[in-house]
Amino acid sequence: MGFFDRLKEGLAKTKAALVDKVTSIMTVFRKIDEELFEELEEALIQGDVGVETSMKLVESLRKEVRARGLKNGEELLPVMKELVADMLGSEVEPLMMAPSGPTVILVVGVNGVGKTTTIGKLAHHLKEDRGLSVMLAAADTFRAAAIDQLMVWGERAGVPVVAQGEGADPAAVAFDGVKAAREQGYDVLLIDTAGRLHNKVNLMEELRKIKRVIQKEVPEAPHETLLVLDATTGQNAVQQTKLFKEVAGVTAIALTKLDGTAKGGVVVAVCDQESVPVKYIGVGERIDDLQPFDPTAFVDALFATGKV
Amino acid sequence: MAMFESLSEKLTNAFARLRGKGKLTESDVSDAMREIRMALLEADVNFKVVKEFVAKVKERAIGQEVMETLNPGQMVVKIVYEELTALMGGENAKLEIAERPPTIIMLCGLQGAGKTTHAAKLALKLKKEGKKPLMVAADIYRPAAIKQLEVMGQKVDVPVFSMGDKVSPVEIVRGGFTYAAENHRDVILVDTAGRLHIDEELMGELQQIKSVLNPHEILLVVDAMTGQDAVTVAEHFNEKLGITGVILTKLDGDTRGGAALSVRQVTGQPIKFVGVGEKVEALEPFHPDRMAQRILNMGDVLTLIEKAQEQIDQKQAEEMARKMMKAEFDFEDFLEQMRAMKRMGPLQDLLKMIPGLGAQMKDINIDEKEMAHIEAMILSMTPKERRHPDIINVRRRERIAKGAGRPIAEVHRLMKQFEQSKKMIKQLGVMDKMMKKKGKGKGFPKLPGLGGGFPGPFGKR
Repeated sequence: MGFFDRLKEGLAKTKAALVDKVTSIMTVFRKIDEELFEELEEALIQGDVGVETSMKLVESLRKEVRARGLKNGEELLPVMKELVADMLGSEVEPLMMAPSGPTVILVVGVNGVGKTTTIGKLAHHLKEDRGLSVMLAAADTFRAAAIDQLMVWGERAGVPVVAQGEGADPAAVAFDGVKAAREQGYDVLLIDTAGRLHNKVNLMEELRKIKRVIQKEVPEAPHETLLVLDATTGQNAVQQTKLFKEVAGVTAIALTKLDGTAKGGVVVAVCDQESVPVKYIGVGERIDDLQPFDPTAFVDALFATGKV
Repeated sequence: MAMFESLSEKLTNAFARLRGKGKLTESDVSDAMREIRMALLEADVNFKVVKEFVAKVKERAIGQEVMETLNPGQMVVKIVYEELTALMGGENAKLEIAERPPTIIMLCGLQGAGKTTHAAKLALKLKKEGKKPLMVAADIYRPAAIKQLEVMGQKVDVPVFSMGDKVSPVEIVRGGFTYAAENHRDVILVDTAGRLHIDEELMGELQQIKSVLNPHEILLVVDAMTGQDAVTVAEHFNEKLGITGVILTKLDGDTRGGAALSVRQVTGQPIKFVGVGEKVEALEPFHPDRMAQRILNMGDVLTLIEKAQEQIDQKQAEEMARKMMKAEFDFEDFLEQMRAMKRMGPLQDLLKMIPGLGAQMKDINIDEKEMAHIEAMILSMTPKERRHPDIINVRRRERIAKGAGRPIAEVHRLMKQFEQSKKMIKQLGVMDKMMKKKGKGKGFPKLPGLGGGFPGPFGKR
């Protein structure tokens, strides 16, 4: 199965919700009129794209329609795709890698979005698909059994895990991890952190501290700060991105749980308003259910016509 | 997001040109409905739910008398607020307790909604009410989920029944039931694995557990941050299992929580509890009225008032209000207010509840330490200085700084902030009088003597 098919498969349910809606509007043979624009805006909102961004997209669509002199309703879809792809950033962005020494990736997010699971899958992906040596650091020392959970993923992916006990200083664990990865010559270190709501100042400060401390060992670390977003989340994802970006300097997003009926459309708003690129998507619970995000393929699959 | 005005402000603007009109016509109301629709959508209320809701509100709003004193915008907000509250279920719903024990409660939901954490929170709550709960670990899929429940069990000192992850969940709950009977546990809380509502196999497993246990409560655990999909999730779980209630989690975030409305609307089942923090005690009953205010960005006025009432007695509050209006506010009052607020809990939480402040508060950081410094500075003033801040000249400031062990710049700042608060309070006093004139019936409750008296100890980050 090719990449595009896998993505399509993973997004099948996503599509079913957002795309069927959009295409069902489009396929009707009709003129481009006010009603059509409105229906389109509604469909976007229902896909969690958000009021503001949906209105913006439809506004751009109007301009394009005028500029290109479009008349037929069916001509709208390709234009809409272009606009959404533009918003998502139309190129595939690979993970930033350190020129030498370990690439440190700090994984952050609110509670229950799937950080630990994503790390397990990402470790597998980097090791199997890219031939890199990977190490994990269990810096979620807060949630009960989070360390054990990461250990299990470490075992599944066949990569070592640096850990201390529950309640240990997360910054200290992260530091140990970076040190071990550097000394032992690992290519990538993935740091798991505790889930925290972005409006909890103290917990967010803790992230700042983790960053400071690992920079003592590797000054340019973390090379990526990966924010994990749950596709089921509504407009709050924008706020999450904003605050995590402010505090932890988020550089990339992993969008999880796209295998449900949730549309994940909020990443469009996130990209539009916070300009952080999506790099990975999670489409299931198996270890290989993480895929590099391809904006063009995503939009194609998202707006694909016909049954999948 | 930061530019959220409260719905009330938006509607007031939308209706500004209607002043002096007799009755609201359909076209008058349309603009307002647009604002309501936007506000609800921004709060993540499901699109279809919004549509129905707006239609209902519109019907009620058209033809309403616009009273001379009442602003039409405020009146529509009132209608929206009442309808929202009614929709979310009037009074708060309690947990069903079986007449003949054991009471069986099953928790289900998507991955990451907070089932395990809330099983423990619920267990603790029941334990405090004199029950003897048992938690059953039926999540055999997620790595270390059983361990997590066991650790939580230790934390709340409630036993956990588990059979490892090699036994089917149905077997585990059977075992748990027997264990509860043998050990005289009167409430059984079953923690199930997170699953997708469209996962036929795993949904079938829940149905099996249900038929084995015949639970009194099947609670759907829903993340308050859920977007439009909340409807689909709730619909599926309800259809397959017939849920009896909802626990709304992560409400301590800054989400407006429109999912609450969606879930309630499609299942018809009440939200019974809300999760408001990571601590095991952080579980509260659901209050529809407060949720309505939150969704509308009106702030959680009622909770704030309740908290305030615990700390400030009525007389004191009235006295404070009187002083405020006359702008007689001095450092003694400042200190008193500050202490009262401190007793009410973290300032950050409190300020979020003030209407209109909610959205702005996201970017504001309150330094509790700074509050201690302010207190030290005020305490370093003589009683005369506290009552007559005007006499505090540079030399006095130097002495205060030394006394409090703070740099003089901070004393200057405190004085400046105090002057600003005084000004603000004066304005609030004027507004308060206006509100009193308008406030007929069940309008918007005022804060007893608390209205934003603290521009001091926090700053923009």
